[in-house]
Amino acid sequence: MALKIIGSTCSGCSACDPECPNDAIREKSGVFIIDPAKCTECEGHYDSPQCVAVCPVDGCIVKA
Amino acid sequence: MQSAYISLGDLKAHRNALAEPVASESAGGCSSSGGAGKSSCGSSGGPDDMPSEIWDKVKNHPCYSEEAHHHFARMHVAVAPACNIQCNYCNRKYDCSNESRPGVVSQKLTPDQAVKKVLAVASEIPQMTVLGIAGPGDALANPKKTFETMRQLTEKAPDIKLCLSTNGLALPEMVDEICKHNIDHVTITINMVDPEIGAKIYPWIFWDHRRVTGVEAARILHEQQMKGLEMLTARGVLTKINSVLIPGINDTHLIDVNREVKKRGAFLHNIMPLISEAEHGTHFGLTGQRGPTAQELKAVQDACMGGANLMRHCRQCRADAVGLLGEDRSDEFTLDKIEEMDIVYDIDKRRAYQEKVEAERQAQHQAKVDALADALDASLIAGQEDLKVLVAVATEGQGRVNQHFGHATEFQIFEVSRKEALFVGHRRVDLYCQGGYGEDEQLPSIVNAINDCHAVLVSKIGACPRDELKAAGIEPVEEYAHEFIEKAALTWFADYCGRVASGAIVHQPRGDASIRQGAVMAA
Ligand code: SF4
Ligand code: SF4
Ligand code: SF4
Repeated sequence: MALKIIGSTCSGCSACDPECPNDAIREKSGVFIIDPAKCTECEGHYDSPQCVAVCPVDGCIVKA
Repeated sequence: MQSAYISLGDLKAHRNALAEPVASESAGGCSSSGGAGKSSCGSSGGPDDMPSEIWDKVKNHPCYSEEAHHHFARMHVAVAPACNIQCNYCNRKYDCSNESRPGVVSQKLTPDQAVKKVLAVASEIPQMTVLGIAGPGDALANPKKTFETMRQLTEKAPDIKLCLSTNGLALPEMVDEICKHNIDHVTITINMVDPEIGAKIYPWIFWDHRRVTGVEAARILHEQQMKGLEMLTARGVLTKINSVLIPGINDTHLIDVNREVKKRGAFLHNIMPLISEAEHGTHFGLTGQRGPTAQELKAVQDACMGGANLMRHCRQCRADAVGLLGEDRSDEFTLDKIEEMDIVYDIDKRRAYQEKVEAERQAQHQAKVDALADALDASLIAGQEDLKVLVAVATEGQGRVNQHFGHATEFQIFEVSRKEALFVGHRRVDLYCQGGYGEDEQLPSIVNAINDCHAVLVSKIGACPRDELKAAGIEPVEEYAHEFIEKAALTWFADYCGRVASGAIVHQPRGDASIRQGAVMAA
């Protein structure tokens, strides 16, 4: 149960990073990646995955 | 005096505007807490009668003071790439379109890199007096990076004014923090005061851990913007409002926006054209939403003249541009080059330069006053009291007509009458002259860009473009090379009226002009 960022579409804007309640997102060579071990799809924290809600690129963050 | 930008007279007018009841809590208004201890609400006294704390804040600010922008420089650093809303004219691969030009990518910097860059530039360019924190993204959606940059600069370069720009969504929560860092200029982009209209501009916002869409999103954004603006005004922080003119969506509505922001104490209102190209990949670009023509832009700006002071010299400059407005030296200050620089921040050298410029500015002001008297007489003799014409000016700065026609990448447009030479905007053009010879195919596009002007004032112009301009009905004028711009424009106007009076020429109205979008990308 985790999401992943499609690196080729990520703009590197960093909006997702501070929103993650599990500190699962970090930068790697200009784009951002999700640690699948940490990501809970925000369950127990929020109604919807925060990274998806804030990401300006449609379809950039999907089910892993 | 009616002027669209900040000059001494405007500051007085503004102060009077602030004296209206609704803005009475403004520190820049009726409060007598001003540095000079003068309140003088509603009085029509001389320029020296204005609250000194407002004048101090704006006089060297190239974005606010029309006279200053010839002499001083601003710089932006991009430390804040994240954003908390989506605008239909923005593609976030590029810089925030609210503060920068669309389709431009600034180099993202960490706060430490940004501070180093600012110190390097300020040591090299004493004109650099203003630093903006700009996109890509929203400065307040990245509070850590934004405020860390501000904190370091307040400490290391206390003579540099700091400003930041925001879409306003996070503003109310940040006002305390902003005041802590001693930031005295904030730009808010406000495109609507009606959420129904807002819904056509903003597809969504990120708010309270949710993505909110539609009218609901626009309503929240609107409320936050108004609240933030009121809070800043209450604390005496200067606020500039940017609005993007989107034909068919908010064109006439911007008059309402102007009224609402003025009511809440906004110091300046800058209406800028939507720049929309399919290749920018923005929603508006892809759906064929066009930008306004030069005349559409001017019509809305004119309609707002009586409202909050309107700023017309904004060029939607690049966020990481370095230099006087319109000039870009950022290639000299790339990260690699800065790493190698020995930075000595010499505050005295900077002061000496700024004093020299102050004297030059006084001279410029006096020249304008003298030329005005001549223009007035000439128009009366010609029986043309109501005559208003536009002239285009090629300038490299210092407030003078000092650029070769062929070297101009943009023209400043002045509306000249017997009362004033009023700066009304910039027109970007492609370079006519490249490597010393003109490229004929570009001339028609320059003519299009200034087609509403009666004359173009330059330091020099080649024979070929001279003839073509004449054929198009635009007078090429070299006589005022190296004169101050306002003086040159008014003197030309007096001469023009003289020729009309003597029957040598017949005054003809001119047509519309286009805002060059391609030039924006190419520049
Ligand atoms: S879905 Fe939630 S937990 Fe997973 S990466 Fe995104 S913000 Fe973090
Ligand atoms: S919000 Fe989207 S585009 Fe921005 S860094 Fe995260 S994944 Fe990339
Ligand atoms: S506020 Fe700026 S960065 Fe954010 S979506 Fe609008 S134009 Fe883009």
